[in-house]
Amino acid sequence: MSTAPPVSTGTPETGTARVKRGMAEQLKGGVIMDVVTPEQAKIAEDAGAVAVMALERVPADIRKDGGVARMSDPDMIDGIINAVSIPVMAKSRIGHFVEAQVLQALGVDYIDESEVLTPADEVNHSDKWAFTTPFVCGATNLGEALRRIAEGAAMIRSKGEAGTGNVVEAVRHMRQIRADIRRLTTLDETELFVAAKNLQAPYELVKEVAQHGKLPVVLFSAGGVATPADAALMMQLGAEGVFVGSGIFKSGDPAKRAAAVVKATTFFDDPDMIAKVSRGLGEAMVGINCDDLPETQRYANRGW
Amino acid sequence: MSSSTPVIGVLALQGDVREHTIALAEADALARPVRRPEELAEVDGLVIPGGESTTMSKLAVAFGLLGPLRERVAAGMPAYGSCAGMIMLADKILDGREDQETIGGIDMIVRRNAFGRQNESFESPIDFTGIEGGPLQGVFIRAPWVESVGASAEVLARLTAGPAQGHIVAVRQGGLLATSFHPELTGDHRVHRLFVDMVRAA
Repeated sequence: MSTAPPVSTGTPETGTARVKRGMAEQLKGGVIMDVVTPEQAKIAEDAGAVAVMALERVPADIRKDGGVARMSDPDMIDGIINAVSIPVMAKSRIGHFVEAQVLQALGVDYIDESEVLTPADEVNHSDKWAFTTPFVCGATNLGEALRRIAEGAAMIRSKGEAGTGNVVEAVRHMRQIRADIRRLTTLDETELFVAAKNLQAPYELVKEVAQHGKLPVVLFSAGGVATPADAALMMQLGAEGVFVGSGIFKSGDPAKRAAAVVKATTFFDDPDMIAKVSRGLGEAMVGINCDDLPETQRYANRGW
Repeated sequence: MSSSTPVIGVLALQGDVREHTIALAEADALARPVRRPEELAEVDGLVIPGGESTTMSKLAVAFGLLGPLRERVAAGMPAYGSCAGMIMLADKILDGREDQETIGGIDMIVRRNAFGRQNESFESPIDFTGIEGGPLQGVFIRAPWVESVGASAEVLARLTAGPAQGHIVAVRQGGLLATSFHPELTGDHRVHRLFVDMVRAA
């Protein structure tokens, strides 16, 4: 799919799979930060974030406040778009394709069809091929990732458990996705048909992953990263970049922590550097033990 | 042309390093990631990948790479930049951050995010001076364009269709090469072959 030759029409073409997936390629090795105000967006940009996620509340506050979590106010998204020169992402509810249409109309650079917001459709995700704006979606395993890609997602992130400051679920999902991919590469061609059935994913995508040993789109990590070492851990486990949600602006010194997470993501394999940037960051966000979360408050269970 | 295999670094602070590494290997160079001054010292040429130019600039300053990068480019090390890499090789930029540093080297003024936001990102065939075998497929992602070039810089490609028709999207000055678009995303390695030849000739 990603390797298919383009049909050249001689004129500029927007919204192609290559342009959408290529945008995510440019974010690799970088950190995407949740922000709720233009001031926070500027702090993130100053710290070296490759993009910001414009939200009304960070996941930790969504958890605390309860109620229905929806797309952010367009004025608030505009405010953040106008505050920074780096790409701006925003979240739509799962299956709420009209929220996604609004986000596209606002000119956001990437739409996150996110389990952190309250799902609008418990059966269908949005048809992401219908948009010019690319989508990123969460996944807990390879089958889920490939179903999202089949629907048009141009980037995948491990779901983790957003708003907990606890990296355990992000690790679980990243390990699962990577292990599922490794297993596919050991199968012969005949076995791929049943593998597709078991993964509940399209055969063509399963075959592509088996051939290349990687997803056809960029894979980031999300959901629980709170420290530079957490970010480096996810990178060493095979993430191509990191989303940090509540971890930065729920900590003691957001500007310093944000810059440290960026540096640790670039030098994820250099413990001396990670040690150096981890000093004097003040308090990390408090965090939640995921075992104490009731099933209904586990965002990773949303989406399928 | 020498038959030796040049060692070409890919600036690996952030961006699509993997795609450039693959393209260089397929264009018969030995590709290596460069994140530290001592790694920069060991390469014959350097690719500056696509990515977020503000992030790259900030990290290059933070990790003490900007000075060594400027020194090597000034001393004649060949370098190729795509998209964010084009911004890094520009002597002057527009619409950057106020504190945004570039390596410089090419006498050109580059406008960051010139085509607009991601919804305006596009692909288009590009006629590229000095590359044979028909047009390249240019992939432009929140891309910069070149507002103007000085006398020593040579324009290699302009857009020939669409709303931004006429804008400069590829430039060469001596051993320095820059494109607004991302050949590393297409599987067509002719631009990388051109650059590998430039490194061999240096």
